[in-house]
Amino acid sequence: MAIQQAQIANVRRETPNGWHFKWAGFDITGRALAVAAGCVLAFLYIPIVTLIVFSFNSNPITRLPLTGWTFDWYEKAFTNSNLLAALGNSLLIAAAAVVICLAIGVPTAFALDRYQFPGKVFFRRLVLLPITLPGLITGISMLNFFSMMDVSLSLLTVMVGHGTALTAIVVTNVYARLQRFDRRIEEASSDLGARPWQTFIKVTLPNIRNAIIGSSLISFTLSFDEIPVTFFLTGRDNTLPMYIWSTIRRGITPEINAIGSVIVGVSIILLLVSVFIMSDPVKKAGTGR
Amino acid sequence: MNLAQQKRLSFAALMTGPILWWILVLLVPYVIMLMISFYSKQFPFHVPDFQFGNYLKIFDDPQYFQVLLRSLKISVLVSLVTFALAYPLTYYLVFKVRSHRVRMIIYVATIIPLWVSYLLRAYTWKTILGTEGILNSFLMWIGIIDEPISLFLYNQFAMVVTMAYIFTPYMVMPLFASLEKIPRNLIEASKDLGVGRMGTFLRVTLPLSVPGILAGFTFTFCLSFGDFISPQLVGGPYSNMISNVVATQFGIAMNWPLGSALSMIMLFIVVAIITMSDRFERAGRLDLN
Repeated sequence: MAIQQAQIANVRRETPNGWHFKWAGFDITGRALAVAAGCVLAFLYIPIVTLIVFSFNSNPITRLPLTGWTFDWYEKAFTNSNLLAALGNSLLIAAAAVVICLAIGVPTAFALDRYQFPGKVFFRRLVLLPITLPGLITGISMLNFFSMMDVSLSLLTVMVGHGTALTAIVVTNVYARLQRFDRRIEEASSDLGARPWQTFIKVTLPNIRNAIIGSSLISFTLSFDEIPVTFFLTGRDNTLPMYIWSTIRRGITPEINAIGSVIVGVSIILLLVSVFIMSDPVKKAGTGR
Repeated sequence: MNLAQQKRLSFAALMTGPILWWILVLLVPYVIMLMISFYSKQFPFHVPDFQFGNYLKIFDDPQYFQVLLRSLKISVLVSLVTFALAYPLTYYLVFKVRSHRVRMIIYVATIIPLWVSYLLRAYTWKTILGTEGILNSFLMWIGIIDEPISLFLYNQFAMVVTMAYIFTPYMVMPLFASLEKIPRNLIEASKDLGVGRMGTFLRVTLPLSVPGILAGFTFTFCLSFGDFISPQLVGGPYSNMISNVVATQFGIAMNWPLGSALSMIMLFIVVAIITMSDRFERAGRLDLN
């Protein structure tokens, strides 16, 4: 609210670059744009607010008017053993996916930034394919693969699937940071007698650290939320989104609203942390340690 | 050991593992999917073969071809709606909000919903639009309607609204980036030369934001094209998308060859669109210089 009021206040003092009509001293276009922007923001947030509000509403049917305040749905959600098992699986998979993403993604980013090798253009396209293609296609191609190799589906196949689908996020973020990184600092380090691994640990790594932490958090969140790949690669065990998906199809329960609100809260915290970390400017470049 | 050899050695040490991994989890599965798309279905599973029957079936059988056309139509509609929502918002942010801080806060606020569980965002629209849902009960509560309207949910309208809601941030991000990059002095120059505000917008700002528009359309189109969760949640009987048909082939229909052929067609369409928008963008960039 305060932000929107600030925006409206800003319209009156705006720069002359914009596109606006004036009528009796009023900036009509600016006002119209402000209203439109406000509506779009409302459109983006009403469903999320709805989710949270109804997680506290005592009526088991999600409808207006609100009937009363309750914590029952949270209590139900957190005593539901299937849901908790799914939550545990999801956390485990997300952690494993991050490990895979980093183990594969960081070297790949280095290779793309620092080496010339035959087939580099193709390699680059291949590596970035999973984030451009629908998750469904990654899921199906890996399902075909696992079935042909006679690998039975389990949480392990889901981990590999998530790792494959999400590594590109680490690659793009680390690559972008490496591109902005002044290589002369590394040269200076080796001129001063550092061994290559010392240069890596003390100079290179601190410079790409934020990109690594930030993209790990993003990968974690996305893996935690992932459905299309999981849908095809999971065996008997459910992840949290798959559990929610199977529950939703049977009908709507406010329990889902409750667990949803918790996820919303946690994801937003994780996101804000990763934005904060990644937006940290490169001003520290050069102060290797 | 000379420098080139040393470099080659370090590349091998760094990349052998990751390259093997990429080949195994990415290249091989795509190749296997391509292979299986030529197999023929034979109860209870499928047998190796090389025939184009699966592809022919997709273009012959109106059941599949219709769905393909519908998916293209829905995806274009979703892109258009997100564009109509995102452009005014982004334009307002870039040209009308003066404070950099406020602009960044609102920008992050439009991106945050992206991190709120995808499934839950689709699901809240089910609770909003349903006959027992929030919109209907709200309209009845304030007395606009007497009986719930069933027109909101389980149709293509609901699908477009839900997907547009989910994917709007993907339109905002590239638009924001491209509008922010427009040099303000070009706009001022246009005005100094006597072009009106509308003319400046149509002849300077809009053409210069084309790369962002293209990227936004590519993202939102590809994402909605591959989405099989929202159609299943809010789409109803006549809203099957190609991705739903693919998912069915790997589920109850048990026709993996056909499913793989459909996935190959999806993959081809997505890659073609990405390549085209890349080309256009590059051509546009040359024009500017």
